[in-house]
Amino acid sequence: MALSASDLCVGDERTAVVVDNLTRTQLVQYAGASGDYNPLHTDEVYTTQVAGYPSVFAHGMLSMGATARIITDWVGDGRLLSYGVRFVKQVWPGDTLTARATVVAVQVPAQGSGDHPVVELAVVTTNQHGEEVVTGTATARLDP
Amino acid sequence: MSAQRFPVEAAQIMLFARAIGDPNPIYSDEDHALASEVGSVIAPPTFVQSSAQHDPDYHLRPKIGEPWFGSGREPTGVPRQLRNGSGGGGGGGGGGGGLHAEQHYQYHRPLRAGDTLSAVTRPGATWEKVGRRSGSLHFSETITEYRDAATGELVVTARAVGVRTERAVTQDPPASREA
Repeated sequence: MALSASDLCVGDERTAVVVDNLTRTQLVQYAGASGDYNPLHTDEVYTTQVAGYPSVFAHGMLSMGATARIITDWVGDGRLLSYGVRFVKQVWPGDTLTARATVVAVQVPAQGSGDHPVVELAVVTTNQHGEEVVTGTATARLDP
Repeated sequence: MSAQRFPVEAAQIMLFARAIGDPNPIYSDEDHALASEVGSVIAPPTFVQSSAQHDPDYHLRPKIGEPWFGSGREPTGVPRQLRNGSGGGGGGGGGGGGLHAEQHYQYHRPLRAGDTLSAVTRPGATWEKVGRRSGSLHFSETITEYRDAATGELVVTARAVGVRTERAVTQDPPASREA
């Protein structure tokens, strides 16, 4: 079902767990699906012994991809106009990520302009310690 | 990343959606998709990252017959004489190396299974900041336009911001916020 401008108010929000106890296997899945085979995400030996990190860690783009679900599940499929994030903190195996989307603005075009209303959302994803890992914004087309 | 030809295939969309943990049937179920508003299987919002698979020069994919910096017999496959003390590769999904600081997309129309795109990347802005733990931070932007290969229609515009650090960061590398 498409979302209408009349369904939304500034401040409305949705929250969902988008990664539960991140596994190294999911990092392997993401490497294979995306084509980013950087060993920092899948090769514990290289990452701990050569690169000097405590363990492998998630591709930022995995966190961004998982976070997108909070937006697309709300606004509907094929309705996204823009989506952008900052990678604030690394995500590690075992982490659980909760994404929250909040309505920042609903732009309603002048009647008869032929344009669609647009919702602007703020997005933030936090880990199990409450620390922000990804923050961003999205815009999506609405029904009148 | 650049790719002459980036076929957007249904099976690859399904694998990508599984990898990001999104069970939305619009990414895998053709019957569901045909009956939906959008009318076909579409790709998740970050799917164009997988154009790396079609970029012949993508630096974060092992190449047949070439050394790879991940572990094998030794913890890294980078030849000893090439190591600089800070480890092999680094890299990231961002601006051609370093860590990925930001990623932004504009969607001009839904990306559908069966589309074939071309991807052309150009450099954007560069800037510097001084980080608390990592010394100077060099930020650089790359912009990639994904177009319908047949019509030239712009489908997705991607803007990546990468950051390189002066010193190796051993833990908790900087995001773009650190300054």
